[in-house]
Amino acid sequence: MELSRRDAIAALAAVGIGTGGVALYRSDAFGDGSIDSETSPDDPIDTMIALAAVVYPSEVSGIDEFVETYVVGRLEDDETHEERTVQALAHLEGYASDEFGDSFVDLSPEDRDAVLRELGVQNAQPNPEGSDVERIRYYLVNELLYALFTSPTGGELVGHENPPGHGGGLDSYRRGPDA
Amino acid sequence: MATDEVDRSPSERVDVCVVGAGPAGALAAYSLAERGHDVVILEAGPRFSFEDRLRRMEYSLRPAHDGLEVWEMGGDRDAYASTGPLDYPLNDVRVKGVGGTTLHWLGYVPRYHEKDFEMDSRYGLGEDWPISYDDLRPYYAAVERELGVAGVEDNPFEPPRESPFPMDGFSPSHSDSLLVEACEELDITVHSIPQARNSERYDDRSPCVGYGTCIPVCPSGAKYSADVHVAKAEAEGARVIDRAPVQRLEHDASTERLEAVEYATPDGETHRQEARQVVLACGAIETPRVLLLSESDEYPDGLANSSGAVGRYLMDHPLVMAFGIASESTRQHHVGFSTSGTHQFYDHEEPTPGSFHVGFLNYAGPSPVEAALSSGDWGDSLVSDVSTEVTGHIGTEALVEQLPREENRVTLDTSQTDDHGNPVPEVHWSVGDHAIETAEAALEVQHDILETMGARVTWSTDPRRPASGSHPMGTTRMGADPETSVVDARLRTHDLENLTIASSSVFTTGGAMNPTLTIGALSLMAAEYIDEDL
Repeated sequence: MELSRRDAIAALAAVGIGTGGVALYRSDAFGDGSIDSETSPDDPIDTMIALAAVVYPSEVSGIDEFVETYVVGRLEDDETHEERTVQALAHLEGYASDEFGDSFVDLSPEDRDAVLRELGVQNAQPNPEGSDVERIRYYLVNELLYALFTSPTGGELVGHENPPGHGGGLDSYRRGPDA
Repeated sequence: MATDEVDRSPSERVDVCVVGAGPAGALAAYSLAERGHDVVILEAGPRFSFEDRLRRMEYSLRPAHDGLEVWEMGGDRDAYASTGPLDYPLNDVRVKGVGGTTLHWLGYVPRYHEKDFEMDSRYGLGEDWPISYDDLRPYYAAVERELGVAGVEDNPFEPPRESPFPMDGFSPSHSDSLLVEACEELDITVHSIPQARNSERYDDRSPCVGYGTCIPVCPSGAKYSADVHVAKAEAEGARVIDRAPVQRLEHDASTERLEAVEYATPDGETHRQEARQVVLACGAIETPRVLLLSESDEYPDGLANSSGAVGRYLMDHPLVMAFGIASESTRQHHVGFSTSGTHQFYDHEEPTPGSFHVGFLNYAGPSPVEAALSSGDWGDSLVSDVSTEVTGHIGTEALVEQLPREENRVTLDTSQTDDHGNPVPEVHWSVGDHAIETAEAALEVQHDILETMGARVTWSTDPRRPASGSHPMGTTRMGADPETSVVDARLRTHDLENLTIASSSVFTTGGAMNPTLTIGALSLMAAEYIDEDL
């Protein structure tokens, strides 16, 4: 199931961001010197894409463009969200480097998954004001899942082409499953 | 909350001061401003930006944010005590702000039935209203046009109408079709539900686009919210002062008229807004509270309270629900509102069980995004987890009639104070035998429907412990007798000749229909009387 730019724009709309047809580039995000930690990843977008490759189901394709469009649009719009995302990414990257000896993006998918599980992300409550792990859950993992499951393609993964959060019109609610 | 640069000083003595910018206050203010009167609206909460609604929707869908965060409810400003046998969840759905609780509501707008105004005459229960359905009928039609109601004239049980709904109604859902088959077997007639939700562009607002988050926020603006009529009132010259909680009402030396409304502002100051007429429109909890807070030497039990009825006879609509799992796809959460239900059990013959009506949910069970974010997992296993979580849910709900009971009441809890040092409201709510028996009947119908359609019922409400339908009513009730009621048939208080109450607090009995259309109709009626007085 392929994620499209349309899905990313739908996901951005679900957080109140209209792109207005303007292309968003990764240089627009993290472009204000907000990345200064030694443990911050070289390219946060690449790290988010690498994270999405683990967090998203394997049947999903088109992740790179979807995540880049969504994350750039999201962070360009909200400085606090950008700052917290950078902090969460730095914690993720620091753990990957310390415990697995490599940058998160350069780890195998299995090791990226292990990083998350060793950090305890699967049991962490998502909390934007919480601990480092709770913020990883909120700003990274749940952020990506929110984008996916408020997009039409993400909804279709579970048989729902117009998921809540997506203004997909008034046709789908009347249709049966075989229509 | 920081102060801002908004001028919140009072206007020179105005024709009308409206307290509260929810649907009752907004409609009254607009109606009076349109007639050329100077109107000031005092609202305890803030103005919310329309552009922020998508962010609020995100809060509502992400489990990290609790329900109060969406519309900034709770905290010291909204502190209260719940002391009855049933918890009263006051802040869960009430919103303080321009638009009031219609920012959060679901938007169903049925009319009350004739019987709802004649409970004593027909059944020997409660009291009759001093007005009838026929008295209110033209205002129902007017408020349907103001709100923009989408409906289908397919309900054989509804009271007589004089004109079609302003908009075409919404079609039934796939989920409805599964329940309709069961209802046919059970000889239950199913029909549409009138909605204050645009099925087409109306009044320069968007049609519904299916965000699916009607409660608690409609990002498109298709669902009516009262900020619409606040804006219309402002366009007619009304002035709105937000973040200005009213502290008390002041009467004049004659003790028969109000002179001013005292309100606080975020800079810590208090001000007096003088007005020829005052409309209290702050809901069935805050309206009696303001009256009780306004005690004076001449009125030691609070204003407009010579009957002792202020705060008493609190009613709600007990909400009873049944959920099940079907063996087939029910396709929930494509929209956030119900499209079908039945009023077949509303006009009863015997006094008890009383009225209830059943709605079919289009949003039973968790949505995909809620299930995904609540699961600890990710990757391939998440898809199977979410699919399992969201598949096959089916549900029904019923609002139930509760009778007015003197002991159900709003008083002042002097042991706690709000952010301005005022005693908080103490809410004592119980439901009584009539409501419990009615809830049992409503649940029996719901179980029959679900079981006949082949669903396995997994959970239903305990009829002795129903949820609140979040429709508080009755705490400044309407009546012809000043000894037993607070306002008269024109909604003016018996005690103070320039104080009108526009709120569900004036309902003499509560019926079981969602109350907002009736609130709006009463507001438009009250505005006409105030206009005559000015």
